[in-house]
Amino acid sequence: MTSTAAPFTRAGILRGVRLSLPIWPSIAVFGAAYGAAAAQRGLSLAEATAMSAFVYAGASQMVTLEVWGRPWTLSALLAAMTVTALINARMILMGATIQPWMRGSPPWRTALSLFVLVDASWLIGVRHRAEGGNDLGVLVGAGAGLWPLWVLSTAGGHFAGALVSEPRVYALDMIMPVFFAAMLAPLWRGVRPALPWLVSGAVALVVQHVVPGYGFIAAGALAGLVTGALVDDGAAR
Amino acid sequence: MSPGASADWLAGPAGSAVAILALALVTYLCRASGVVLMSRVRLTPRVERALRALPGSIVVATALPTGLSAGLPGLAGLAAAAAVMALTRFELAAVAAGLATVALGRALGL
Repeated sequence: MTSTAAPFTRAGILRGVRLSLPIWPSIAVFGAAYGAAAAQRGLSLAEATAMSAFVYAGASQMVTLEVWGRPWTLSALLAAMTVTALINARMILMGATIQPWMRGSPPWRTALSLFVLVDASWLIGVRHRAEGGNDLGVLVGAGAGLWPLWVLSTAGGHFAGALVSEPRVYALDMIMPVFFAAMLAPLWRGVRPALPWLVSGAVALVVQHVVPGYGFIAAGALAGLVTGALVDDGAAR
Repeated sequence: MSPGASADWLAGPAGSAVAILALALVTYLCRASGVVLMSRVRLTPRVERALRALPGSIVVATALPTGLSAGLPGLAGLAAAAAVMALTRFELAAVAAGLATVALGRALGL
């Protein structure tokens, strides 16, 4: 255990951007799908792009459209905030996984870095670290590089609204789960370390059927966390 | 405060701006709170083991229920994406294979 902060280099940032390139098409399509859905829900171009620019969390933006206020009331706002918090609760856990990596970094840089923490950049960062890397620039570069793409594709989708009027036909509603499933392969370290994943999946399925809403993600992930703490994963560390 | 009456200003043009900022704040708090929370936890071997188990657990807890609620095409899509990724290690191919599988399954009415 060292007390020095992890490096944060320009080369790392560029590497993060490069590592995120393969998923640019999916993010652009997802962003366009969000923009199109927002247009159908009556959001103005400014509202849709501001959501993408400031919230920058696709799944929660998509679901928030279902409870978007027309007009806004306090109860509509509270409902939207609750949905957003529930869907983004997984980010609390993502933050927990990368915190040991950020120990010793300047707080202002950590605070800025966290604004661009998204599923894709987190996965890229976790993978970089699992493969022996330690450059925080990779994590930030991947997230910061995707940000303008996300905002621009939202705007494009808002203009093109009618083009993607049937996202289900092209399975665009499934982009996030499909992308997550693909990320299992690089995270795979054998059967024993995957036992918590199994527990997580089982608990998530049960909770999904018993409790309405999006609490199942956090419930499953927490069950996996506890399983990981209790069961030896056989890692030689 | 009663929800309707005291919040009339929310119904005006500023309502959306306030809502967007509130949602951005909620999301940022989610991003930051895990890091803040963990900075108060000592990194014992048990904690490290739990953190190692977490990424895969988040991935499965997010993807599996969402995929299953999309029925057989959804499940097949997840399996296709994971398989192509394991074989090629190329995200774009994996995502394309997953989405194509879902779309095909739906077109066939599965």
